[in-house]
Amino acid sequence: MVRVRLSAALVACLLAVFASGCSSSRVKAASLKPDSERKAAPDFELKDANGHTVRLADYRGKVVLLDFWATWCGPCKVEIPWFKEFERQHKDKGFAVLGVAMDEEGWDVVKPFAQHFGINYRIVVGNDTVADLYGGLGALPTTYLIDHDGKIAATHVGLSPKGEFEDGIRQLLEARGGISSSPAVLVRTK
Amino acid sequence: MFAQSNAILTVAPPQKIVAKRGSAATAKLEVVLGAGYHINSNAPHEAYLIPLRLTWTPAPLEVAEVVYPKPHDEKYQFSEQPLSVYTGNFEIATKFKAPADAVMGPAIVLAKLRYQACNSTMCFPPKTVEVRLPVDVQ
Repeated sequence: MVRVRLSAALVACLLAVFASGCSSSRVKAASLKPDSERKAAPDFELKDANGHTVRLADYRGKVVLLDFWATWCGPCKVEIPWFKEFERQHKDKGFAVLGVAMDEEGWDVVKPFAQHFGINYRIVVGNDTVADLYGGLGALPTTYLIDHDGKIAATHVGLSPKGEFEDGIRQLLEARGGISSSPAVLVRTK
Repeated sequence: MFAQSNAILTVAPPQKIVAKRGSAATAKLEVVLGAGYHINSNAPHEAYLIPLRLTWTPAPLEVAEVVYPKPHDEKYQFSEQPLSVYTGNFEIATKFKAPADAVMGPAIVLAKLRYQACNSTMCFPPKTVEVRLPVDVQ
């Protein structure tokens, strides 16, 4: 009987996988840390493409996908359309993507790249100080999911399945008592 | 801009070359890339990629030509199109010319090898390796 139940569970599980189109979008975000283990995301202050100052602390109250990337990073390019989609889907629900470009050449290369790829989320150009705050960033992409309290809930180094991001974002937005229709914090700019 | 990662690429110390005044000499640089890594070739297919570049400060010699090995095209999980890359071990040759009035005697010629490596899921910051080539001008 137990064997039958297990088999039925297995079949149900397989059906669920196939029903999702065998895509990675149903991957469980097992990497989301429990609240008690989350540490504060180091704050930083960088400029966006318009010269406005952006502080990570300004995003407190939102779920943030913080993506360290570079124009020369192929795997980073794969994730950009996903992040555009997340921004579009969840920007009015207390969520934001913030991209930190780690190109040494700065805006000269980042601006045209961002325009070419139609990046719809905010981008800043990083520096050594910020890299050090985040452990040196030995590899890209390195992406953090930051909860409403400004704490790191998940870290992804390298190209990760889209579903892991999706599920993590969903869980973090739901953890705040549902998906609110307005951002919890306005972004301050100088 | 980044922390230095473990040695993905190593360059063997080049062997001394002898260059006679008014003639040519060739130096070979042996490069070893760790398993599972690739670097962009000297002529990547896409403009945003960082090419392999060997730049000499050649005095007392002159650089006639840097000859990169033939790259190969390889498709990766993250790339829509194959990339022009180097993997494994390869050699870069540099053809020097010793001017007729070159200062005779031993010298060290310096070069910088700039590369940017990736594996199948992540990329590593561009890095520059300094190369010191012992030269004997005769």
